[in-house]
Amino acid sequence: MIKDDLLYTRDHEWVRIDGDQAIVGITDHAQEQLGELTYVELPDVDKQVQAHDVLGVLESSKAASDVYAPVAGTVTEVNSKLEEVPDLINNDCYEDGWICKLEISDPAAGKSLLNAEEYEEYLRGLET
Amino acid sequence: MFIIYNQMGSGYLESVNPVILSKKIKTFGKIQMKLLYEKSVSGRRAVRPAPSDVPTSINLDSKLLREKEADLPELSELDIVRHFTELSRRNFGVDTNFYPLGSCTMKYNPKVCERIAAYPGFCYLHPLLPQLRMGGILTQGALQVIYETDLLLREITGMAAFTMQPLAGAHGELTGIMLMAAWHRDRGHKKTILLIPDSAHGTNPASGAIAGYEVRAVPSDKTGVMDVQALKEMVNDSVAGLMLTCPNTLGLFNPHIKEICDIIHGVDGLVYYDGANLNAITGKVRPGDIGFDIVHLNLHKTFGTPHGGGGPGAGPVGVVERLTAFLPVSIVVKRDDGTFALEYDRPKSIGYIAPFYGNFGIILRAYVYILMLGRAGLIRVAENAVLNANYIREKLKDHYDLPYPQLCKHECVFTAKRQAAGGVHAVDIAKALIDAGFHPPTIYFPTIVPESIMIEPTETESKETLDDFIATMIQIAQTAKTNPEKIKSAPLSTCVSRLDETMAAKKINVACVQKKE
Repeated sequence: MIKDDLLYTRDHEWVRIDGDQAIVGITDHAQEQLGELTYVELPDVDKQVQAHDVLGVLESSKAASDVYAPVAGTVTEVNSKLEEVPDLINNDCYEDGWICKLEISDPAAGKSLLNAEEYEEYLRGLET
Repeated sequence: MFIIYNQMGSGYLESVNPVILSKKIKTFGKIQMKLLYEKSVSGRRAVRPAPSDVPTSINLDSKLLREKEADLPELSELDIVRHFTELSRRNFGVDTNFYPLGSCTMKYNPKVCERIAAYPGFCYLHPLLPQLRMGGILTQGALQVIYETDLLLREITGMAAFTMQPLAGAHGELTGIMLMAAWHRDRGHKKTILLIPDSAHGTNPASGAIAGYEVRAVPSDKTGVMDVQALKEMVNDSVAGLMLTCPNTLGLFNPHIKEICDIIHGVDGLVYYDGANLNAITGKVRPGDIGFDIVHLNLHKTFGTPHGGGGPGAGPVGVVERLTAFLPVSIVVKRDDGTFALEYDRPKSIGYIAPFYGNFGIILRAYVYILMLGRAGLIRVAENAVLNANYIREKLKDHYDLPYPQLCKHECVFTAKRQAAGGVHAVDIAKALIDAGFHPPTIYFPTIVPESIMIEPTETESKETLDDFIATMIQIAQTAKTNPEKIKSAPLSTCVSRLDETMAAKKINVACVQKKE
């Protein structure tokens, strides 16, 4: 499942950009690959990140995986519910399972990200 | 006293205290087994010691006294023997069944190694003895074993010297990367980055990070080995080195290995050989001849010593000449008069990495194994390990998809993508193998292959065993199509049915019980 109104990374994060605010999560494909999550490590609020920096860590009984920042910015809020209920990401990765909010430092951020169509194409490439 | 146990909803996994463990183990399903506590009968004893003649009126500090009687089961010796014999019959190991756990090299461990390790002159040695006055003369045999194992490993790997101290593979990795860092420091280098391919064992990035490096992952190319072009783009003067497992976790030997070593040496970096998969190339290729600078070996894998369940392991680290000064203390040396001694005078050494001399019992078993097989034997080990893996790969390739279809080395990696499309995942296939009497292969690793099933048969399995395994795997693939629910409900034949692994990871209840002051 891919949402039309989001931007995507090749590492399977999604980002919803609204002005200088961004909300970040992982895609349905990513949560499916990881399986049921057992632990989420969230970034600290006020942490500054560059694009591709590690934002957090997700663990399932299969694997541990880093979450990368899709854009550069400062963390303004984290979804602390995930600490108690990590499988919010499995159940609703695009809404309740959001990971953190960023204040974007570069207004041109997002230019290199994939739109829904491009991400779908990218996923198809991974299948073969 | 600390008692740590790992408690989950439906059972209990590990404990450092056997009493607590036996109290907590519950079994389900077919064969019910009572707990020791449930078998307890008041007043029953295994041993009745003579009445104590120690006065009971000693004035002990009240905080040293028990608040209530110890809660121990009361049983006869026969009760206890039957209980633990019954438990032991539930053990699963290489001595009972085929154990194709990828990346773990679960080969048969020859019993002659156990026999020699049990010689009183070895097994009753106190580890402090060589450091005591006149103790050296009592430990010459043990020191000689350590010294000569070092020499044998040098010959096998092409390295200049080894430390035998590291207690496991990952411990060897950390030691090796600390040696790398010490060498760079000594040369005044300020390097911060360690490169590791994306197919690496998870311990590699962990070791690099603990040693203080920023770890960067190098992607794999379409053939499944580290992408040389990507490596070239990532290499710069900040790169301290590269950690590489070769053959890698897909069982593939990197054909560009020489070029890779040259690229890293070109920026004054060091190349680390993770010896996890040495079983595939023992006697065929020496890491030192290719250009590797640091090597760790998993004696417990390649050289046939019992392992699993967390130990015991041994991860000796070998280095090329320019790094020998940094090896941990102590090192066993041979004096001019032919006797052996521990050498501590090594000013550039990174210091102690483990107490004493490593897991001596494991080093000893590996020493026996190497001497017993000899050069020709070790070469045949590698050849048969590779032959067995390719036999399985070839026989199963029509039934399971191969992400990288070329010849492999000691292990082959399938993907259960085809089965997953019908709802049967790698984990279900693994559980179904248990019902057929096989240990599951490694699944979901390497992570670069979705639904991966990683099979390492090792050289010690017969064709008949491999054929049985292959027939079972084919049968599972058929059943996955016709009756997927059957596979998804496996295992059915075990005393404990499928465990809730997510719950086990999520609801960890680690209790630390400490008597209050």
